[in-house]
Amino acid sequence: MSAIAERAPAPAAPPASRRRPGVGAIYRWELRKLRAQKRTFLGFGMAVIVPIIFIVALELQKGGPNDVPFGRYVRETGLAIPPVLLIFGSIWLFPLIVALVAGDIVANEDGNGTLKTILTRSVDRHQVFVAKTLAAITYALAALLLFAGVGLLLGGVRYGLHPLTSLSGTRIETGRALELMAAALGAYLLPVIAVAAIALLLSTVTRNSAAAIVGALMISLLMQLVGIISGLAAIKPYLLSTQFDAWQGLLREPADWAPVVRAAWVCALYAAPAFLAGLAVFVRRDVAGG
Amino acid sequence: MSEAAGHPIEARGLVKRYGHVTAVDHVDLTVEAGCVYGYLGPNGAGKTTSLRMLLGLIRPDEGVARLFGRDPLQEGAAALDGVAGFVEAPRFYPYLTGRRNLELMAALDGGDAGDRIDGALETVDLADRQTDKVKGYSHGMKQRLGIAAALLRAPRLLLLDEPTTGLDPAGMRDMRQLVRRLADEGMTVLLSSHLMGEVEELCDRVAIVRSGRVIYEGALDALLKSTGQRYRLRTTDDERAFAICRAQPGVQEVLGAGDGLTFAADQERAVADLSVALVEAGVAITALVPAAASLEELFFRLTEGDGLPAQNGDRPAPAPEGAAAASREASR
Ligand SMILES: Nc1ncnc2c1ncn2[C@@H]1O[C@H](COP(=O)(O)OP(=O)(O)OP(=O)(O)O)[C@@H](O)[C@H]1O
Ligand SMILES: [Mg+2]
Repeated sequence: MSAIAERAPAPAAPPASRRRPGVGAIYRWELRKLRAQKRTFLGFGMAVIVPIIFIVALELQKGGPNDVPFGRYVRETGLAIPPVLLIFGSIWLFPLIVALVAGDIVANEDGNGTLKTILTRSVDRHQVFVAKTLAAITYALAALLLFAGVGLLLGGVRYGLHPLTSLSGTRIETGRALELMAAALGAYLLPVIAVAAIALLLSTVTRNSAAAIVGALMISLLMQLVGIISGLAAIKPYLLSTQFDAWQGLLREPADWAPVVRAAWVCALYAAPAFLAGLAVFVRRDVAGG
Repeated sequence: MSEAAGHPIEARGLVKRYGHVTAVDHVDLTVEAGCVYGYLGPNGAGKTTSLRMLLGLIRPDEGVARLFGRDPLQEGAAALDGVAGFVEAPRFYPYLTGRRNLELMAALDGGDAGDRIDGALETVDLADRQTDKVKGYSHGMKQRLGIAAALLRAPRLLLLDEPTTGLDPAGMRDMRQLVRRLADEGMTVLLSSHLMGEVEELCDRVAIVRSGRVIYEGALDALLKSTGQRYRLRTTDDERAFAICRAQPGVQEVLGAGDGLTFAADQERAVADLSVALVEAGVAITALVPAAASLEELFFRLTEGDGLPAQNGDRPAPAPEGAAAASREASR
């Protein structure tokens, strides 16, 4: 490096009012950052490998998950595979997959010391936080589509896409079943977003990825524990863990929207305060260190 | 508040406390356009903390900071229009390449920042390493990438926190040349440093901070004049030279210094007269050189001079270890 000074560009006179980038620009870069990180693919990897293991297990043994909804039909139609995966995934797999990225997305920048780097550009802190939230949700949605998609693909290839028996015992034609599956994934996304918001809050407050991931997972597991305690049955409908089953209402005939509607507002009651608290902390906090 | 109305930097009564430590203690700072301003102080003086408050990264407990008349705490990113820089070592995404990092910065800058990437990489001589991940960059390369990232904003005000720290001599020289050149092109620069020589070389004005307080603010040459220039003298007969120096008008604070001696003189004339007096007395001079005032010496004189609490107020008085460390950090 020699005499670098000679090539310095002249500082141009800045425009009177600089057009500042919006949330969209930050969001696109948040996605690019996720694509460049190993942990993103660790999450996607889990979302792919679990359906594969599930199908292999079905092939290797005679029994099936007969005690869960749709469990009896897993060898009859590939359409029954994703619902069963969703039920198993709600225990800890999906909270983990979501927390893995949502719990890291702020804390990682603390660890790298890059918060000061992006917060001295032309973007406001609230924009950065909103973009990070959207990126975490996008990742969660992608993981969910992979999870259900791989299950459906492998199940369809192995067992065929025959009509599905609904939870009311009626027969749902393949096309209709696929539509309902898409709607079910949408309902499943609600508690997933709530878990993401909680993980984001922990990520912002603890500034430590591991603490945020473990914390979010613990909260999910605690809710399930509370749900099992019989004396607390009254609050069960309002636990986050319960909302992971709301989509099942859509696979009845006629469709039972009540659990889905409840999931929408219950999840909002978890997600909105967590999001707002995370936002408030992120906007006000000191960015030192790094 | 229009942009034209505000100075590039205007801070009033900035205070930042961490527990019982007052990192920044009622700092006032005004940096005028076109100035290269030195913010000089030893480790832990509060330089980085001050710069963080200026950039809106941390909240002052008291006081306000304005850049071109805009408060980053109130106006957010808008207050940083035309401002760039970094505190402590610049940080980047280790898993992205140098160029990708700059592309990200440019996207967050908006405007035509993206068009300046190639030029900025050329300027800091990183063009041939731009496709390597930052993970593999040396400290000096990251420091240069930090400058490149700042240049993307085509700033009118550049805040640099000890930019030459950790660079090799050639890197330091290049960094200083770059700062000089940017300043010559009209950029206002705030440069924090603990190196007296660096500040002397680059800056027009200085604020000297110590334990969070500004103990001197003003033009650098005025400071050096007011404190008197020191000289180092070596002769064939130091004992007689010592006596001659003591007797010489305009020569003060004569001290024996191992080999040779040192003294202070406000006027160059006095030094010239002294050399003649020495030679006339038959004492041959082997060396007579101006000794750059070290930061340590400056603090000593400043805190002695204006009735502030003694400089070792927060340092145990008999602390050979601390004193040695202090003189190490002050020496270049
Ligand atoms: N986040 C923090 N938490 C606690 N104390 C802090 C924090 N940041 C700074 N300090 C304290 O504030 C004081 C000033 O620190 P600062 O980093 O501003 O000094 P500096 O002048 O930049 O020093 P250096 O030359 O070593 O970079 C120090 O005593 C430091 O310990
Ligand atoms: Mg510092």
